[in-house]
Amino acid sequence: MATGTDTGAPTGATTGTGALAGAHRAGLDTRPEEPRPPGLGPLGWARWARRLLTSMRTALVLLLLLALAAVPGSVLPQRAVNPVTVAEYFRANPDLAPWLDRLSLFDVYRSPWFAAIYLLLVVSLLGCVVPRTRLHLRALLARPPVAPRQLSRLAGADSWITTAPAADVLAATRVELRRRGFRVDRAGDALAAEKGYLRETGNLLFHAALLGVLGGVVLGSLFAVKGSVLVEEGEGFANTPVAYDELTPGRLVDPSTLPPFALTLDDFRARFAESGPQRGAAREFAADVTWRATPDAPARRTTIRVNHPLDAGGETVYLIGHGYAPRFTVRNAEGEVVFADAVPFLPQDGNFASSGVVKVPDGLPQDLGIQAWFLPTAVVDPQRGPVSVFPDAKAPAVFLTAYAGDLGLDAGLPQSVYQLDTDRMRQLQEGGEPFRARLVAGEVVTLPDGMGSLTFDGYLRWANFRIARDPGGPVVLGSALLALVGLGLSLAIRRRRVWLRATPTGDGRTVVEAAGLTRADSTGRGADFTDLVARLRTATGGAPAAPVAAAAEED
Amino acid sequence: MLAPDLLAPLSDRLMVSATGVYAIALVGYAAQAAYGVRGRVGRTLAVPVGVGVAGEAPAGGSGEVAVGTVRRGKADVVGRAAVALTLLGFALHLTATVARGLAAGRAPWGNLYEFATGSALATVGVFLVLLARRDVRHLGTLVLLPVVLAMGLALTVFYAPSGPLIPALNSSWLAIHVTAAVVSSGIFTVATAATVLYLFADAADRRVRAGRRPGTLSGIARGLASPEALDRTAYRTVAFGFPLWTFAVIAGAIWAEAAWSRYWGWDPKETWAFITWVLYAGYLHARATAGWRGRAAAWIALAAFAAFLFNLFGVNIWISGLHSYA
Repeated sequence: MATGTDTGAPTGATTGTGALAGAHRAGLDTRPEEPRPPGLGPLGWARWARRLLTSMRTALVLLLLLALAAVPGSVLPQRAVNPVTVAEYFRANPDLAPWLDRLSLFDVYRSPWFAAIYLLLVVSLLGCVVPRTRLHLRALLARPPVAPRQLSRLAGADSWITTAPAADVLAATRVELRRRGFRVDRAGDALAAEKGYLRETGNLLFHAALLGVLGGVVLGSLFAVKGSVLVEEGEGFANTPVAYDELTPGRLVDPSTLPPFALTLDDFRARFAESGPQRGAAREFAADVTWRATPDAPARRTTIRVNHPLDAGGETVYLIGHGYAPRFTVRNAEGEVVFADAVPFLPQDGNFASSGVVKVPDGLPQDLGIQAWFLPTAVVDPQRGPVSVFPDAKAPAVFLTAYAGDLGLDAGLPQSVYQLDTDRMRQLQEGGEPFRARLVAGEVVTLPDGMGSLTFDGYLRWANFRIARDPGGPVVLGSALLALVGLGLSLAIRRRRVWLRATPTGDGRTVVEAAGLTRADSTGRGADFTDLVARLRTATGGAPAAPVAAAAEED
Repeated sequence: MLAPDLLAPLSDRLMVSATGVYAIALVGYAAQAAYGVRGRVGRTLAVPVGVGVAGEAPAGGSGEVAVGTVRRGKADVVGRAAVALTLLGFALHLTATVARGLAAGRAPWGNLYEFATGSALATVGVFLVLLARRDVRHLGTLVLLPVVLAMGLALTVFYAPSGPLIPALNSSWLAIHVTAAVVSSGIFTVATAATVLYLFADAADRRVRAGRRPGTLSGIARGLASPEALDRTAYRTVAFGFPLWTFAVIAGAIWAEAAWSRYWGWDPKETWAFITWVLYAGYLHARATAGWRGRAAAWIALAAFAAFLFNLFGVNIWISGLHSYA
């Protein structure tokens, strides 16, 4: 908040440049100066605290602190951004991580110290905006400040003598100033004119709008909902809390009130650059879906793409990821099907080498666990072994090994569908070595130890959707745009004052004195003031200005 | 209309030519700066004499003035040539950028090579706009130095052949958000040149006031322009760039909302955009705060630009995040 010369009146005004600073005290800075250091009474302390908090210097230090405090969040992994990387950091730095965690360094932007800084800034801002709004409203209603007695003392003051009567001089000046958008007021033999009120309006609007942005963020943390779900081709999703893989409702959201839409993923299309230097780079991802806003609504078909989410009755569905789900059939030794399904695998690299597990708890002598890689374009590299060399499924293959024993599914504890807990399982052996198999679509492999057989039937694709709504979003956007408007006004407009006094000399001539002030961040008088004075001189019948005035203006 | 497979190599060649032309212009500005010092000395010496004879001989009335004018004239010619070269380089550069965009059929802001050359283009563009309004040739050296560096790095380290966009970047917001960011980078670079020069000139001024000789570089800086004028140029440039940067951040947030389901997520790029924004806001406040005007404010502006540069390049290179594809 640009309160410099206002709140820090005693220091702020005296360090300015010469006459300008004096005029600040005299005219522009209407805020009364605070008394000398307060006593120790509670009122005195309160006043001291208020002065400290609302001083420009405090605001500035808080701003610098805020910038500094934001840095660690970009260097250390953040839970809010990606909890997995935080867990990895804990594994890699077991000694350091707990200490960093105690300092909230994995939750920087939700940490107490980060909040302390921006809340103090809000207090500082309020302490500045509120009184300044009052002052500005008063200034808007008030008349331009009366001309100082000694105009010639102001920097850039000019004077000339004309034969026109004083009244004519003032009238002509008034017309000229009005034409330039000044608010003009006459007091006795002098005119006082001011313009650029929108500068302060913009300044206040900007700061108030920042509070609006923060308000929108708070609104979001209370009422926003976001969740994600993985949907295989041919599968459906109904918008109820249980259907989500992960759901984070805002603090005041009742999850049972989610809009009742449903969608089915009909087809997922992925296209990659087939050749050229960017071979393998993504070209298009498209999820063709059929969806209904409510169970009774007519089904509609649409395509969800990256950057083109679906607006589904109050919530928005974003496509944020995709991958492969290989299909397997497991038969027991008698040839009966005990498992037949597509299993989503998680991509592990840019060429979509994907890992996953198949869990078969029933129908075999023991629980069966398959640990597998799905390689969409499989190549066996002499050094690295099986790898995928292209993200699209040009030559899909599955590489797997198998475990038998207890999957632990009966214990009733939640476990990841992407990981196999092999603590109570043993790896199947074949010929004295761990059992391994490589299958292309349609191939069957017989599992050792009478565990039946496994068929790799092919693959489906899956899409990962994020489903979100944030009622704070429009508030944030609206406020941000207002802030931008305010910023533009406060930086582009200059507040200017012009005074002109016409004094009859008694011999039929008139002495005209003119002076102007620009209150902008030390940009000084613009060339336009010189220009203005020249115009006034001409308009009031004075001789044209000497070129000195224009030449003195260096920029 | 040329085919893309002709346009792309044409763009590359033009980009190299532009870099060469800028490099020569840079030498020109540096030479002008070096000669310009004597020019200023001549001028300042000439002033009292000039004033003394102003009444009788309006122009060139004294030997001192003549000497000063001649020396300035030589530097002036070099400076004018540098400006002409800057214009030529800009024309080549602009053509290269347009050709690159046409070759790929999109806004040419899709990877680090394109950001770097785009930012350099914006920097020269802003400098030329400023030149058209006022004589700011004294900023030439410090403006073109980062430009030549960025172009050189782009052509050698960041180079990526022209190609279509990955789906995440395939949005009309690319043109809006990244163009605003690239132009902001040009404005902030020019502002930084003025700020650096201001710090040197101010250091020299203070030494002179203390009765000591200024250092070589600061002496040159002081000879080029007054600290006050430089400070003003820096402020005005930032005051123009800051709202644009604000807009770039807002546009980015709108795009993030459409692409990633949230308008703000503290992705490293977003975080550093925030840091840059807060620091420039700090600079604008510092300029209105007693005790912080001048040098302290200038240092905040430099910190803000460092954060900006780190965001433009460092985040892409060293920190992985959602903006990593660039």
